[in-house]
Amino acid sequence: MPHNRFHTIVTTVENKPGVLARVAGLFSRRGFNIASLAVAPTDDERFSRITFTVDVESAPLEQVVKQLDKLINVVNIRELDPQSSVDRELMLVTVEVEEGHRGTILELVDDYRAHVLSENHSKMLLSLAARPARLDEFEELLRPYGIVELQRTGRVALPSLEENS
Amino acid sequence: MTTDTPAPGDTINGGVALVRALELEGVDVVFGLPGGATLPIYDPILDSSMRHILVRHEQGAGHMAQGYAHATGRPGVALVTSGPGATNIVTPLCDAHIDSVPMVCITGQVPYAAIGTDAFQECDTTGITMAVTKHNFLVTDAADIPRIVHEAFHIATTGRPGPVLIDIPKDIVDQNNPRSAMQWYEAGDSDMELPGYRPAGAGDPEAVRAAAELIRDAVRPVLYVGGGILKARAAEVLREFAELTGIPVVTTLMARGAFPDSHELCLGMPGMHGNYTAVTALQQADLLVSLGARFDDRVTGRLDGFAPDAKIVHVDIDEAEIGKVRTVDVGVRGDAKLVLEALIECTREMGIESQAERGAWRSTLSGWQERYPMFYEQSQPGDLLKPQYVIEQLRDSNPADTIVASGVGQHQMYASQYWKFDYPYTWINSGGLGTMGFSIPAAIGAKVGMPDRRVWAIDGDGCFQMTAQELVTATVAKIPIKVALLNNGYLGMVRQWQELFYDERFSGVELGADVPNYVKWSEAMGCAAIRVDSPEEVAPAIAKANEINDRPVVVEFRTDPQENVFPMVPSGRTNSDVVVHPAQRGE
Repeated sequence: MPHNRFHTIVTTVENKPGVLARVAGLFSRRGFNIASLAVAPTDDERFSRITFTVDVESAPLEQVVKQLDKLINVVNIRELDPQSSVDRELMLVTVEVEEGHRGTILELVDDYRAHVLSENHSKMLLSLAARPARLDEFEELLRPYGIVELQRTGRVALPSLEENS
Repeated sequence: MTTDTPAPGDTINGGVALVRALELEGVDVVFGLPGGATLPIYDPILDSSMRHILVRHEQGAGHMAQGYAHATGRPGVALVTSGPGATNIVTPLCDAHIDSVPMVCITGQVPYAAIGTDAFQECDTTGITMAVTKHNFLVTDAADIPRIVHEAFHIATTGRPGPVLIDIPKDIVDQNNPRSAMQWYEAGDSDMELPGYRPAGAGDPEAVRAAAELIRDAVRPVLYVGGGILKARAAEVLREFAELTGIPVVTTLMARGAFPDSHELCLGMPGMHGNYTAVTALQQADLLVSLGARFDDRVTGRLDGFAPDAKIVHVDIDEAEIGKVRTVDVGVRGDAKLVLEALIECTREMGIESQAERGAWRSTLSGWQERYPMFYEQSQPGDLLKPQYVIEQLRDSNPADTIVASGVGQHQMYASQYWKFDYPYTWINSGGLGTMGFSIPAAIGAKVGMPDRRVWAIDGDGCFQMTAQELVTATVAKIPIKVALLNNGYLGMVRQWQELFYDERFSGVELGADVPNYVKWSEAMGCAAIRVDSPEEVAPAIAKANEINDRPVVVEFRTDPQENVFPMVPSGRTNSDVVVHPAQRGE
């Protein structure tokens, strides 16, 4: 579960140049750090969805959300309650594979339903799509073997279906 | 109309399309200054019905557009070139943004292919102005020009008004460039592509009803009226509501004139330099009905001590304002005029006779008004002129519908305090941003929009030196504004703070009253100029200025540099600590 200062905001925006800068600008001018960010077109190419997580108290966040809603290019905006939404994130990680470690790493891959995308005699490139907290765990378990390079996409989220029924 | 009005489907260039689209929005005047990137726009302007007023600095164009918009209610239009032209107008954009002034600014840009190459006179105009506009556009296709112009005016004038900027690369307006070719069409509302823009209309009826109930039960209510009432053209309906309920009204710096100062329910201006009664009425109220106001720090003083016993009804067209500063009991998102109309209906339904008894509150207020009127010490013969006296004389020798445009500082506060504003749209000032130098270009814009009205700029010597060059514009374009220059030789408001809060250690505030020679300078710019040193010269000088209508007039009043603005709520203190004039203290 994310710390309770973390808030996940999902916005639908017009798919136009500069829109991300407008959205990000409202956070930066208040000194709020965006902890995670994911942007991509939706099923309708005129719109993109921006999912971001910010580490901030609720009151100032409410003000920023109202300001975001005022942006002409923002079509809608909602804060997702962690209890009634699902979120996922993708991680790519290259890990050192020393003599005798290959088997234990492959067991971890199996346990976490990760995938081996590429490998050679000394390294493996793994992918894992899961809840962000699960990515954190996987990352910690790999760390002792030696992480060469790691990239996460930032979380995407949607309301879970119970809420909509 | 242009001489060759294009028909739908005609192939024309983007420059002609831009000028035609502006005409279709009803634009009758453009304030601007050309440059390399706007050459192709300036050519078709020659054939347009729109008047172009050539400014001497782009900041002037922006404030003129603001003054025009304040006075007329129609969006002001400024046209400037790329790079420095655009950066010079950032201050007026920011000013218009914070004061919700509808304006459309068109900036030239380097050719599209050159954007991002550090081309000559290139800057990232949309990036720079993102935070100081309601919205901005970078046009990338000439075919979009009619639609974007229509969208820009729609956004600038609906909802909470504000400045909108359109950045136009040179190639798409240049008749010699094939990228400028487009098929002309007249853009209407159905052409707009603004899926995320939903300006508020009428308020939620349930919220209106809840507000009416709080109003019904309040014993010490105050209508806290902000500039939004003027933006909503709601002055008349406000008056109807105030008279119906008998609730007293304060008008903030942005709302002076929204409710007549001479009305028995009017308490005048609240805030840091508001009068004692208005400040204290807010402070002791049991209900504040905020109408198009935003609980600015200059009104609330120290927030945790502001109006401690008051419930809050907050009516605003901007959802983000409701509860931003002060937690509300009832928030109504909506157009102030529509919400007031609904409140009037609701109040009538509930029965006026059901309103709480407010006789005691009204007599408390009139007691304060009697005890703490606005006060200054008249100068004795031979003494320096008092700035308040100058404002009173100006007020008494001009028609009540005279438009007053102010700069920023002590003179602004004296003007707001001592003028009597009985008509809406007669007070124009830079409230939120506090832009020194605002008054002269704003007065010019107001006079252009309302040529039959008398327009006085009330300016300070610090402000005058920032934008006086626009008096050249006024002379050449025959815009006969009048300027009352209160020259005390200081950056007076900063001097006042240094006197009161920095042990009279005056740092960087002395301008000197004698250099420049304001009379010679004004005459050099084509104005008539009069200098006034003593009280008996004031009225004759104003009378003389009012007779000159073939050119701008500057009347320089040499005023007492030691005079300070009172009342005053010291910064960081609550409104309960309002400090009245020294002669009114200690009783």
